[in-house]
Amino acid sequence: MQLPPAVHARLAGGPGAAEPLPVERSPKAGAVPFRFTARQVRFPREHEFFEDGDVQRHLYLQDVLTQVAGAPERPRVPEFTCQVAGCCQVFDALEDYEHHYHTLHRNVCSFCKRAFPSGHLLDIHILEWHDSLFQILSERQNMYQCLVEGCTEKFKTSKDRKDHLVRRHLYPADFRFDKPKKNMSPATPRATVQVSAEALGAEGEQVEGDAMEVCSEPAGERHTAGRRLSLAMGN
Amino acid sequence: MWLRRQGCLRPAGCGVEELRRRRREREAALRKARREQQLISKRLLRDDAPEEGEGGCVAVILGQAEIQQFLQLAQRGTEEKERGRALVSLRRGLQHPETQQTFIWLEGSMRTLVGLLTSNQALLQLEAARCLHELSHSEQSAVAEACLPATSYLLTYLSGHSSDFISPHVTVLEALGYALSQLLQAKEAPEKIIPSVLGSTLPQHMLQLLQPGPKLNFGVAVEFAWCLHYITCSQVNNALLITHGALSTLGLLLLDLAGAVQRTEDAGLELLACPVLRCLSNLLTEAAVGAVGEQMQLRDERVVAALFILLQFFLQKQPSLLPEGLWLLNNLTANSPSFCTSLLSLDLIEPLLQLLPVSNVVSLLVLTVLCNVAEKGPAYCQHLWPGPLLCSLLGTLAFSDTEVVGQSLELLQLLFLYRPEAAQAFLQQSGLQALERHEKEAQLQDRVHALQQTALHS
Repeated sequence: MQLPPAVHARLAGGPGAAEPLPVERSPKAGAVPFRFTARQVRFPREHEFFEDGDVQRHLYLQDVLTQVAGAPERPRVPEFTCQVAGCCQVFDALEDYEHHYHTLHRNVCSFCKRAFPSGHLLDIHILEWHDSLFQILSERQNMYQCLVEGCTEKFKTSKDRKDHLVRRHLYPADFRFDKPKKNMSPATPRATVQVSAEALGAEGEQVEGDAMEVCSEPAGERHTAGRRLSLAMGN
Repeated sequence: MWLRRQGCLRPAGCGVEELRRRRREREAALRKARREQQLISKRLLRDDAPEEGEGGCVAVILGQAEIQQFLQLAQRGTEEKERGRALVSLRRGLQHPETQQTFIWLEGSMRTLVGLLTSNQALLQLEAARCLHELSHSEQSAVAEACLPATSYLLTYLSGHSSDFISPHVTVLEALGYALSQLLQAKEAPEKIIPSVLGSTLPQHMLQLLQPGPKLNFGVAVEFAWCLHYITCSQVNNALLITHGALSTLGLLLLDLAGAVQRTEDAGLELLACPVLRCLSNLLTEAAVGAVGEQMQLRDERVVAALFILLQFFLQKQPSLLPEGLWLLNNLTANSPSFCTSLLSLDLIEPLLQLLPVSNVVSLLVLTVLCNVAEKGPAYCQHLWPGPLLCSLLGTLAFSDTEVVGQSLELLQLLFLYRPEAAQAFLQQSGLQALERHEKEAQLQDRVHALQQTALHS
């Protein structure tokens, strides 16, 4: 099938619709014994029209699931330590290190050193915990935003937000993105990451004890003090 | 992970012919299953799988106590590898339906699994994702449904990472998408599951994962595109999806796919193209399309260019997808003078005609699209003749399929009506003889007769 070069050029061009040629229909068009009418067609899920595509999809799944069932060979490297000062985690697979770094050192609050799973959650934390304006504003209006992107609800207190997350978005009632260990042996420091309702700001109290243990001097943290305040004020 | 075929998983000593035979057998089995409405049977996804991996692992029935033990070990063990092994043992057990049942009814089990799915340790996250895979294979919908509530939570956690392609996160996302797609195929999905999915923030999350750009992960997109297809073809509330911008997201994704096809002829791209085409085609039929703002509609001419690039690709690599691509072309052109004009101004009539010999289904769709153009009037037919169209129609009149011939007659009527000179040319090229062949055919004779009259009086 030969395509004119204009087609490839058009794809690379900017958005836009063609200026339509004038439409002019005759009543004889599609009249008996003819029957053509231009119409859009929809197919329901079980229609045989989908048979070929469905079969291809399942062939693909069969191949893939065979692989999922087997344990993949992970490439090993000579053991190395995390380079972040104060972190003594050791690895023998790059994938593990990548994951570790991203989860524990990447989105770290520069004020309190807590680590968060994503930039979005870190932003919310900084706003709620380290922005003096936030507390003032939250006395007058609902400032605690829902964590789920796409949900625009805001709440008066952290607890109300937590209730919403559990009820509306079916979060686990004791949700945290990683449970801290109850019995930590001091010989093997483990950093844990969590976004618990408390960590995000339960009535402005810091959570003590086993709620959080992070590396002492994480790298890659944000220096966001000035920016965060201006964000709050800009609102 | 889905497309990185790690190593060769073919059984040892298996020749190419043997592989082809097995694939044909598998394909036949799947077709049969689909006709019997059994395609979603998870059994089919496992039965043919050759013995692989951990030397003939057999599904083991685990009791409540054992499941609890493995979960505790996974959650609180001191050594990462030990914790991982506990999950492997759990997964083997979860291959058995009884274990699945026991698992979902065990208090806190799902919650623990969800916690592990967001673990900061890669190995655990991966193994937990595989457990989720096993659960989503269950024949019993109650099991798959148990996975659903966690989805929104997991997507919030994972969507912050999609820009970084952290492998375990991607694996969990794929597993989630796959689990959801299994759930959405259940018989009771349209009444029970799809409404609740549409009522959550899942549609926005799904569309986000389908946005083209550097953050797009192919394997993840494939799973969620199929989820979207199962939702849209169930016709529960497609208007809602349109208000979330589904048309523009999928349209942009289509452009992206066409671009990818131009750069590399990777034969895996049709895995994503198929569900995207289906969603677009079905969504376009919604009345809501007219009701939303400009931005939410699909007017971009580049979509037509992209579609033809994909059609060309399908012709080479996956001809069975040509009807689906042409279906979208029909839905784009049926009520749109603008898209019909694009077909003409981009010189796409001739490439379209080149598809006529492929199959009867394809011929019928090509002729229908051409009718969509012709019925818009003289200004359009002016570009259809003179040109290769008439000759092609004389060719399709020689086909044996009644529907194809019938549609050719419809197109001729429109052409003769809006471009009378074409009727004369038709006569000169022995058109009457081509028509005579069908004078006795019940479904065609009235139209044949009418055309004969028109041609003779032109």
